[in-house]
Amino acid sequence: MSEHDIVIVGAGPAGMHAAMTLADAGLRSCVIDEAPRSGGQIYRRPPPPLGREPKRLYGFEAHRAVSLHAGFDAINDRVDHCAETLVWTIEPGRLGVVRRGRPMSIPWRCLILCPGAMDRVIPFPGWTLPGVYTLGGAQIALKYQGCFIGRRIVLVGTGPLLYLLAWQYAKAGASIAAILDTAPSGGRVKALPGLLRGGRTLLKGIYYVGALRARGIAMASGVRPVAAIAGDDGAVAALLWCDRLGREHRLECDAVALGFGLRSETQLADLCGAAFAFDTPQRQWLPVEDGEGRSSVAGVYLAGDGARVRGADDAEITGERAACAFLVDIGRSEYATRLRALNRILDRSQTFRRALDDTAFPFPVDLARRAADDLMVCRCEGITAGALRKSVRDEGARELNRVKAFTRLGMGRCQGRVCAAAAAEIVADTLGVSIEAIGRLRGQPPVKPVALGVLARSDAAE
Amino acid sequence: MIFDVAIIGGGLAGCSAALHVCVRGASVVLLERRTCGSQASGVNYGGVRQQGRHPAELPLARRSRDLWARLPALVGSDCEFMVTGHLKLARSEAEMAGLEAASRLAGDMGLALELVPAAHIRRQFPWLGREIAGGSLCAEDGQANPRLVAPAFARAARAAGADVREETKVTSAIFTGTRFELGLASGETVRANRLINTAGAWGAVVSAWFGEPVPEDVMAPNMCVTEPAPYFLTANLGVSGGSIYVRQIPRGNVIFGAGLGTADRTLGRARPLPATTHEAAKLAIDLIPRLATVSLIRTWSGVEGCMPDSLPVLGISRTTPGLVHAFGFSGHGFQLGPAVGAVLSELALDQKTPTPLAGFEVDRFGTTAPACVQTSATSG
Amino acid sequence: MSLGQFHRVVTARRRAVALSLDGEPLTALEGDTVMTAILTHRRSLRSFEFGAELRAGFCLMGACQDCWVRTSDGQEVRACSTLVESGMHIRTKSDG
Repeated sequence: MSEHDIVIVGAGPAGMHAAMTLADAGLRSCVIDEAPRSGGQIYRRPPPPLGREPKRLYGFEAHRAVSLHAGFDAINDRVDHCAETLVWTIEPGRLGVVRRGRPMSIPWRCLILCPGAMDRVIPFPGWTLPGVYTLGGAQIALKYQGCFIGRRIVLVGTGPLLYLLAWQYAKAGASIAAILDTAPSGGRVKALPGLLRGGRTLLKGIYYVGALRARGIAMASGVRPVAAIAGDDGAVAALLWCDRLGREHRLECDAVALGFGLRSETQLADLCGAAFAFDTPQRQWLPVEDGEGRSSVAGVYLAGDGARVRGADDAEITGERAACAFLVDIGRSEYATRLRALNRILDRSQTFRRALDDTAFPFPVDLARRAADDLMVCRCEGITAGALRKSVRDEGARELNRVKAFTRLGMGRCQGRVCAAAAAEIVADTLGVSIEAIGRLRGQPPVKPVALGVLARSDAAE
Repeated sequence: MIFDVAIIGGGLAGCSAALHVCVRGASVVLLERRTCGSQASGVNYGGVRQQGRHPAELPLARRSRDLWARLPALVGSDCEFMVTGHLKLARSEAEMAGLEAASRLAGDMGLALELVPAAHIRRQFPWLGREIAGGSLCAEDGQANPRLVAPAFARAARAAGADVREETKVTSAIFTGTRFELGLASGETVRANRLINTAGAWGAVVSAWFGEPVPEDVMAPNMCVTEPAPYFLTANLGVSGGSIYVRQIPRGNVIFGAGLGTADRTLGRARPLPATTHEAAKLAIDLIPRLATVSLIRTWSGVEGCMPDSLPVLGISRTTPGLVHAFGFSGHGFQLGPAVGAVLSELALDQKTPTPLAGFEVDRFGTTAPACVQTSATSG
Repeated sequence: MSLGQFHRVVTARRRAVALSLDGEPLTALEGDTVMTAILTHRRSLRSFEFGAELRAGFCLMGACQDCWVRTSDGQEVRACSTLVESGMHIRTKSDG
């Protein structure tokens, strides 16, 4: 451990870049990550026996992946990479972690949180069936395991990942039954002025769509998923969907990938006691960040998609920015210039990002709000939309944690990661208020489940 | 308007008091700083336990047990109250002798405790980990969902006509000589003829406004819950000495507590401590080894008032006519809550109650009281 | 042989790893996760605790907690983020 006790949580692009920046400044950091190898989700490296050349793994992002991995590998002797390590709780000055089945306590004075994001999910009937995965999950199956999630696949949802995943699957030879986008195509036209600021990223998007069309893959916009239907084996066998004119269609398939943008992982910032503010574009409560990566808690910095969903390129920049902010805070004022330069780069991508989220691929609020009463919203505990509405209408719940207390929503193994976005829409809609008004689910340790037998092995309990 | 009764604090006792005052036909306003049941009443273990109580609490506990059985009629929900029995285990002959003495004492006060030989316990709970010398069962004890109970009482009170105001902080209270005037954070004033202080961990703040300082400290239970596991633990389980308490709900989650977290009265915040959670996991596995492969999914805490002698302050004020106190339940007020509300309604409206309250006097510590000693007995 | 949920597309030569699944022998490949090992042969991982339905994981990135299975010694493993090891005995049925 270094003299500064710098701990970076998350070894994706943000965390890797933060560690590299610190190493360049002569400071050793400890990078904690759950995965066996660095890269995060976007630049995840397959287990060695499955190795493939970067071009096949990361497509257009190959050069970025290669340079990031090379950069991180180069500081190997100047960083403590704690792989396969879960941060299960955070105390002032101490992290409670579990490393390969053993609990440990790690001191910190500087904490750079880069926990990333996961797919934002809207439930629809059948969404919990075997064979239904998130878009991100489908991508990991291919990238990390060299598998398709099925033999005939429907992709449904919205956001850039919908098309990126489709292209990756199609290129690898998958049979894609259809790509169904809930966003109306008109939105993309309206967003064009903002999207044009995206430069290379926009070009990639246009390329993906063109390539998919050239392959003859069915694509529809302005759709509504109706239901995933189970076959005799209890797994998904078809997807019912409505086109933009309201006509219902049935697609035979054995797998569905769904996702509606990304959602920041904020539990760790919450456990630090960081202040949160509602972020209207992302429709999520996010830890307050001072514009240079500092949270409201002294010594705690935020970067990457876990701070705000901005994508992998910006994650590298915010990772470097958080490290620079820390360096400035310990008196290394020479990093102030770099800090400002990084913010100028981020400003440029902001217009593109907003056009992408707000106009091109808007979150389909109504789809979440119109969930039928018998639809399971919380897949851990089996809590239905009707139970949420009842807690509001009959039991007087006015806030999300109250709904949680009355219904058990978000009390399961995932602690509301998967259901919180949709649940917030349903509760706010029932109350007739904005989703900001109903608050956010509070994080509670452990951040992820830990076997009691593991916690009991606590020579490190002190 | 002038209310017949004002209540400060929407924990279980305050919400039950609101309902019971309403039922008597008096007008009542309940003022809760956050939401009803958001501190100790809502975040405790959920034990509905008479066994193991101080004799002074037993008459109150007996009366409360009757109310628990009538929850559906009283508040329109059973609040997941289940009569599972409470089994207290002795791990040595000395502990067993203690349980035998306690069962005689309880029997004298009308609470039937059944001494269970070790062999019976082994047969019923073959998965118990360590040597058991025997146990003591209170068959009519059980468990309930603490998140539901105080809000259910608050809803029932509101339906009966109570003015239940959440997110309403009381910043001052005075007795004018004829009635009480409560200043709210909003600047508003609430007037009432009688005042009930059920402010929980902040009860001593309110009592001090009326010249009755008491040495109330705060404590935070360190609660743990596991993922759902096949249902095997059919009783609410405790151990002699109270170091750990464990129950399971039919959905499968195992809920247990051991040791203390940390509480901040000023911020009104409490949180579990990792070191306590590690220790709790050890104690849980020591008692029930099969829990080793079950995952912890959540820990929590809440701010609870505690007294030096672990007994509540419950009774009529010595300084101010019409003022009634009930706070400082020291980690075991959940089971008592419904009856405390009934007693408070009697004290406020009749100045007397049939339930013996000796030992709970507000002035029992004098003015120079010793500092609070925290205990880990928080099993409801 | 019944088809699994997952379909292998990368056919790089890898060593076979012998496992058992609910007492039956199962052959996986080195570098497989427990999830891949199971789902290339089956369409589900476990049954849902509060209903009759089956589950087969969801996010594959260790966030949704939907893919927990057990090894024969009772230890839980998150199938999406645990690599197979030779001789692993996996149980998907809940304990009695």
